[in-house]
Amino acid sequence: MGNYIPVTENEKKEMLRAIGIDSIDTLFGQIPEEMIIKDGLNLPEGMSETQIHKKMTAMAEKNQVFKSLFRGAGAYQHYIPSIVKSITGKEAFLTAYTPYQAEVSQGILQTIFEYQTMMCELTGLDDSNASVYDGATAAAEAIAMCKMRKKNKALVSATVNPGVIDTIKTYCHGNGMEVVVIPEKNGETDIEWMEKQLDDGVACLYLQQPNYFGIIEAAEEIGQRVHAANGKLIMGVNPIAMAVLKTPAECQADIAVGEGQPLGMPLGFGGPFLGFMTCKADMTRKLPGRIVGETTDLEGKQAFVLTLQAREQHIRREKASSNICSNQALCAMTAAVYLSAVGPKGLKEVAKQSMSKAVYLKTRLAEIGYDTVYDKPFFNEFVTEDKGKAEEIMGVLTENGILGGLPLTGEHTGQILWCCTEVNSKDEIDALIQILKEV
Amino acid sequence: MSLIFEKSIQGRGLTIFEACDVPIIELPVAQSRKIDLHLPELSENDISRHYTELEKKTHGVNDGFYPLGSCTMKYNPRINEEIAGLSGFTNIHPLQPEATVQGCLEVLKTAENCLCEITGMDAVSMQPAAGAHGEFAGLMLIKAYHENRGDLKRTKIIVPDSAHGTNPASATMAGFEVISITSLADGCVDLEKLKAVVGEDTAGLMLTNPNTVGLFDKNILEITKIVHQAGGLNYYDGANLNAIMGIVRPGDMGFDVIHVNLHKTFSTPHGGGGPGSGPVGCKSRLAAYLPGLMVTGEESFAFFKPEKTIGNMKNFYGNFLVVVKALTYMLTLGKSGIPEASRHAVLNANYMMAKLADCYDMAYEDHCMHEFVMSLSQLKKETGISAMDIAKGLLDNDIHPPTMYFPLIVEEALMVEPTETESKEVLDHAISILKRLLTQSHENAEALHQAPIKTAVRRLDELNAARNPKLRYLF
Repeated sequence: MGNYIPVTENEKKEMLRAIGIDSIDTLFGQIPEEMIIKDGLNLPEGMSETQIHKKMTAMAEKNQVFKSLFRGAGAYQHYIPSIVKSITGKEAFLTAYTPYQAEVSQGILQTIFEYQTMMCELTGLDDSNASVYDGATAAAEAIAMCKMRKKNKALVSATVNPGVIDTIKTYCHGNGMEVVVIPEKNGETDIEWMEKQLDDGVACLYLQQPNYFGIIEAAEEIGQRVHAANGKLIMGVNPIAMAVLKTPAECQADIAVGEGQPLGMPLGFGGPFLGFMTCKADMTRKLPGRIVGETTDLEGKQAFVLTLQAREQHIRREKASSNICSNQALCAMTAAVYLSAVGPKGLKEVAKQSMSKAVYLKTRLAEIGYDTVYDKPFFNEFVTEDKGKAEEIMGVLTENGILGGLPLTGEHTGQILWCCTEVNSKDEIDALIQILKEV
Repeated sequence: MSLIFEKSIQGRGLTIFEACDVPIIELPVAQSRKIDLHLPELSENDISRHYTELEKKTHGVNDGFYPLGSCTMKYNPRINEEIAGLSGFTNIHPLQPEATVQGCLEVLKTAENCLCEITGMDAVSMQPAAGAHGEFAGLMLIKAYHENRGDLKRTKIIVPDSAHGTNPASATMAGFEVISITSLADGCVDLEKLKAVVGEDTAGLMLTNPNTVGLFDKNILEITKIVHQAGGLNYYDGANLNAIMGIVRPGDMGFDVIHVNLHKTFSTPHGGGGPGSGPVGCKSRLAAYLPGLMVTGEESFAFFKPEKTIGNMKNFYGNFLVVVKALTYMLTLGKSGIPEASRHAVLNANYMMAKLADCYDMAYEDHCMHEFVMSLSQLKKETGISAMDIAKGLLDNDIHPPTMYFPLIVEEALMVEPTETESKEVLDHAISILKRLLTQSHENAEALHQAPIKTAVRRLDELNAARNPKLRYLF
């Protein structure tokens, strides 16, 4: 029914004549007859635009859009300024391919160059790539950057988002690196335990800041110890927190990565998100993926181009630093527009409000008996006891259009991970507390 | 034009956030950022103009013909964008309770069902975020399959030299040794060479069919059988699926694992390099190894973790909103529209090829599938005009060039993939431009060496960019 084919029946005949055949079927003559699908695909017939609109809208309506969210754990609801959607919806940006033909891709290339600069600014490190798929793959790729012939062990803190740890393990099973998970002690990386693991075989340590439980880790101290053992420090950071929190550069990190979704991307049931990666200059040539550099054209005019391609798969094939041949260009642009719209003051405002509202929520929850599990500085997430009522309270909150904190599992069963951002108002928080009081 | 940082004026900005309505908390000094943070300070108008200017320096599918071989730059329907922008999809947290995300699960399951039907696979995971990511996932499935059977000798992946560069790179990432075999001149697999390299150490073969020269490898059943008989598995690179949708299935050709590119074959926009989506599919004997969470159900849906999963390829469930767009497209086209798209993709490619065959050398003379490869090596010998020069000449005519210098087995290659969404007059126009450039090659080669002249910038000094990398603006 629906299709996007402009060629008419008459034109088709004319085109077939030019080719010198009678039927399109002839063009498939190379395919052995016995393989051809006989009765067509077992799929419903196509639809008109009005039909598909109804069908997909009905699917979307089966989801519950919560009017207020107190859940983060790797995906955060922040306000997205209108200008962000308007710019990233521009058709040329949306529909262009990877900017191989630099002469007609200066727009995309410059936006990536600007994005790279902003990521360097946020993390304080020297160089950035053009982005990778998401924060988890950025973490896994960063670890692969540290692999050396005699350094094959990656230490990963148990306080890292579990979805990220899982991704790191998948990648390392592929590239043959050994992953050692450092246990958590009172919500933080167990530094003493880590110390015992530090030997010559340690390539790097991956630390999340703030960690999965929202706590601010002693990154600098951890970094010093890892460096003393000739390992690299990789920090996975929340980009919003970077406005106020000590940066990876100030913590002497070698590589910084993170989930860029909070910078203007919707929750979108988990994707597309944005993996950012920055590093110290001595590791730049190990960065995976696309990198945009500045150069000049033959008239000496400033221009941008994909560069340092000798690292990449289309040149190096099996010897490439990674197989990645794309980036999340439109998501990178989203982040750049978001950061331009909020500016340095706005980003600090988002960070401070997120943090302040989380503290307010924590205080109010404590008043009604949901005690905080770790009494440590945190950013915008924290853990409380669930008083044995996680299931019950989540049910009641859902009925009220509120997505409560995330009930934790495993060793943390009985605890809830709460989150606030600038979007949560005092009234919303008070309303949440009122409902919880009655459960 | 100026960089956004150069347009920044201290004190300028937007009014986005309301005042904080709870007491403001500061971080302890020891944990606070001390270094400067340079971000642009601009008005909304400044930002809008900046990006509008940049958009004018960007060639998208909507700007004109984009016959970039192997990339399937078809039109990106706008209904897909509207649907993926619905609040019921964008404002859904990935960790919401299952009962509140039934629509999302239905999207994932329905897309999986459609892709299974089109590819002949039994299960598909939407988690991989791009084609290369799907390849890596697929190879990890192959690795897990052999490992779980205790067959630890299988450490080699066979990749023809006509393959995409991601194939060998993905195999390395998955920890395999790559065995490269030379292809026949038409890009097809050399059966004797294949027979010579398969053995007890073969983990699998990676192949795209139609191949990168644009031909369907008619020996495909024999090829996949040779690998199977040696105990290996066959991996299908879905880059060229747009040629055969609804006509023949990779699953029926003997492939065990595939990835598809939703951003190529299924019309989702490329976004200047991403986000894409590269679902990985497999036959039932490998389904237990699939990554991420899978969806089960017909009317009410639930997530489940495959029993022996290779684990997460990324966090959450893939580039979900891209899957929404691809599903919208698949359901719009449906049973008849899907094969019709492939038939017209093949028709358009053959029409262009036929009209150009009298003046351009084709890498292979027979009918092609959805794309064809021209070799300009003779032209270069005669006139000094290279594939690069012709490509740059096209830029001055508002046509995005074909893929250059790929596949590697064809000298001075230009790989043309018109796609089915281009009209006859667009193809005719491109044909006439290509012919004119050829005339120009003989009559005024120097002018072509200078091309492009109408673009925002001229040819770039790429060597300097790599030698003296400047990868960020310095404040």
